[in-house]
Amino acid sequence: MRKLLLLVLFVSVATVTYAGGYRVSVQGQRAIAMGHTGVGVVNSAELVFFNPAGLVYLENKLNVSVGVSGVFTDVLYQNTEFGVSSETDSSVGTPLNIYASYKVNDWMSLGLGVYTPYGSEVTWPTNWEGSHLVNEIELAAIYVQPVVSFKLSDHFSIGGGPIFVTGSVQFNRNADRTATDIEGNRSNIAIDDSGVTNWGWSVGAMFNPTENLHVGFSYRSEIILESEDGEATFSNFPNTTRPGVPPNGTTSFNAELPLPAELTVGLSYEYNKWLFAFDYNRQFWEVYESLDLTFGNGSSSINPRNYKNSSVYRFGVQYEATEKITLRAGYYRDETPVQPGFFAPETPRNDSDGFTGGLSFAVTPKLAIDASFFYLRFEEVDASYDAGSGGPFGGTYKSSAFAPGLGLTYKM
Amino acid sequence: MMRKNIKYLAILALGFVACEPEFDNPIEESGVYTNGEADFSTYVALGNSLTAGFADGALYITGQENSYPNIVSQQFKSAGGGDFTQPLMADNTGGALLSGNQILDNRFVLAFDDKGAPIGPAIYTGATPTTEISANLGSSFNNMGIPGAKSFHLAAPGYGNVAGVQPGLANPYYVRFASSTTSTVIQDAVAQDPTFFSLWIGNNDILSYATSGGVGVDQNEVPNLDPSTYGSTDITNTTVFAGVYSQLLDALTANGAKGVVLSLPSVTSIPFFTTVPHAPLNPADESFGPQIPTLNATYAGLNLAFEALGVPERAIQFSTTSTSAVVIKDESLTDITDGLAVALAGTFGPLAPVIAAQFGQARQATANDLLVLTSSSVIGKLDTDRLAELMGLGLSQEQAGQFSVKGVSLPLEDQYVLIPAEQTAIENARNGFNATISALATANGLAFYDAAADLAQAANGGIPLQGGEIVTSQFITGGGFSLDGVHPTPRAQAIIANGVLDAVKKTYGANLPKVNPVDYGTVTLSNSVN
Repeated sequence: MRKLLLLVLFVSVATVTYAGGYRVSVQGQRAIAMGHTGVGVVNSAELVFFNPAGLVYLENKLNVSVGVSGVFTDVLYQNTEFGVSSETDSSVGTPLNIYASYKVNDWMSLGLGVYTPYGSEVTWPTNWEGSHLVNEIELAAIYVQPVVSFKLSDHFSIGGGPIFVTGSVQFNRNADRTATDIEGNRSNIAIDDSGVTNWGWSVGAMFNPTENLHVGFSYRSEIILESEDGEATFSNFPNTTRPGVPPNGTTSFNAELPLPAELTVGLSYEYNKWLFAFDYNRQFWEVYESLDLTFGNGSSSINPRNYKNSSVYRFGVQYEATEKITLRAGYYRDETPVQPGFFAPETPRNDSDGFTGGLSFAVTPKLAIDASFFYLRFEEVDASYDAGSGGPFGGTYKSSAFAPGLGLTYKM
Repeated sequence: MMRKNIKYLAILALGFVACEPEFDNPIEESGVYTNGEADFSTYVALGNSLTAGFADGALYITGQENSYPNIVSQQFKSAGGGDFTQPLMADNTGGALLSGNQILDNRFVLAFDDKGAPIGPAIYTGATPTTEISANLGSSFNNMGIPGAKSFHLAAPGYGNVAGVQPGLANPYYVRFASSTTSTVIQDAVAQDPTFFSLWIGNNDILSYATSGGVGVDQNEVPNLDPSTYGSTDITNTTVFAGVYSQLLDALTANGAKGVVLSLPSVTSIPFFTTVPHAPLNPADESFGPQIPTLNATYAGLNLAFEALGVPERAIQFSTTSTSAVVIKDESLTDITDGLAVALAGTFGPLAPVIAAQFGQARQATANDLLVLTSSSVIGKLDTDRLAELMGLGLSQEQAGQFSVKGVSLPLEDQYVLIPAEQTAIENARNGFNATISALATANGLAFYDAAADLAQAANGGIPLQGGEIVTSQFITGGGFSLDGVHPTPRAQAIIANGVLDAVKKTYGANLPKVNPVDYGTVTLSNSVN
């Protein structure tokens, strides 16, 4: 059995995941290891994120989970017709999560979570072939959420709480495919904003038909980040009074970036030393119709996105190998929200398969070290973005993401 | 426990390595693109301004970087091509100095006024030129394109002698990298031992005649086989061209090099000749409209004389409701000055011979005449020299003024107009040159790119690109021609590069990537003008 698990782990390592768009599924070391399932798993304070309703079923009074992953992403691009190729600067994101819950009494628990479900960091070589769409983008959104969980009976609980989001964005692209100043330097627009805040909420419910079977539901609301006082920098535009050509220098900009709503239903089943979990995510990307930037100097940039709602299917398994060691593995299928003709190199995500694994080592009965990894494998895809200046920009893309992570779980 | 942990770490490390994405068929790997029968390791490009990357009336760095040979060389690199060096100018200002004195003008840029209305092409004054012609860069450059060179110049010793620049015997661009004061361009090219070459030469053998309105001599009319006797604006004799072209190809192919040659496009379909209409005189123009009755009254007398002299078709009249054609001097017309002088004696007295000489070969332009781009700045302008001359002969300022407005009452000189006879001379020579080029391409087994066909398409409907973009020969807005109205934009250079690549693929069985012309720019904007 152990050999089999090792094999599963090994196979899993050979292939790990992200989610579509700029959703990043790294919200708990134990969950990651199990295909990022968790809406029906009563295991740790990670429930603050996955399903606040489940917190009240945790056995201990105090539960704390902290974790960090190193997300290594790589995107390759090539176009055989024009003989060009490019590769993103291998960036390392380090999404962090902190969860804690406290059982106030038998029927109520309180919790607090800090996590980063949305983000993106893609850096192409400056002035690469697709630089009129993106040179570099860095998005980050930190969610801070207090939750409360009520046990209505041994079979049913509910939970939820408000979410405070603070986000930041940096984005740099060239004005179009060809514009330069007299020296041939490409005309460029860069935007930068941070501390963009807004509020949202999440709710969850858990139903336990038997002691071993948990069925979960959770919904996290859409949050629109409205950037209003960021700084836009225009550089290398020609010195001209021609209408439509903006002046060089800094100005303000307005933009809206949606962080879509997400619905999750799922279950887990315990059998001896085994635990099986399944989650279904529905991500409401439809809200991301267009990334429109309006600049203080009167110019604007309209970037149609036309995302569609998308689904993720997640499977996870856990095995208590010894008293001290628990092994986990998982798989998920992540469908892209990007529609044909809108495949922008800023979030080059097509359908992907996520392979995950990990383990917990109980240092003491109260403290465990959690390790996880995921590998997200994208099929090689021929795709294009057709709504940019100068017509379609396309080619073949191949990307992957790999994320090892470490965390601590403490219970008392 | 420890051993087990190490095992897991090892698995993690393995997984990390396996996670690097890789294409099924990465284009960097050999075998995707192939050189066929050609060897691109040393590519040398021969030609004139088109090859050099000259644009906007000047040679400057970004123009050179977007020259078709430079673009082609980047594509060759995917199939064994080597480095491609160019004699880059010192700046993007254009213009150049000889011993510190500016001898070549800065580039044109497209300027707008403070209300955003277009002013048009203007000389860039944002910087002073820093390229010193006499600073020799050494002779080994892959791009041997020499702006202004005619076919026979490539084989002319001393064409790069700095001492010959001021007298007009040498070419300042070649001076910059000639190997010696007596070297020839073809010698310097062959000395690099090219394995592959491109040759696009002959355009200037007709173009300089055309842009100067045909003031030069067509050396085919009375065959003159000695190019050393040619003026700078003459049409080269087709036999001379054939001899030189053959000599160039013999030198280039002597060591077995493969190559590509390009045909010569029609020069009269470029914006330099198609932008100024033959009938630009607008009655709504305040400086012209009110003068029409007076002008027509004056011309009525002249028209009677034309009729009496048997040339009624030369009658000149301006419309008060629509645009009128300019008045030109057509040197192919029989000169009737003497007859006119007699006929006008009654009206003009002793001044009759002066007026008669002015209109002895005059007529109004027709749609078959091509006005050069530079005529736009003189049409309707007062010729102050002529005004002074006429006043010196006794006319009042008003009378003299009436006979001194260029293209209206003072016929436009030969240099501003290409009349049909001149166009025919140009076209005949071009057809002769092109017949030589395609025949020698076939005889030598070389690739042949019919650049003339692509330019014809740009002039007739345009060349469609992706995303609904289209490249036409329309001045400024068409995207094909730079602001001098003669030379291509980077976008047109990219189209030419694709044509060259196609020809090379076809002839030598090579598989090469093309370029996307929408990634190449058109005209450059700047308000740094005087």
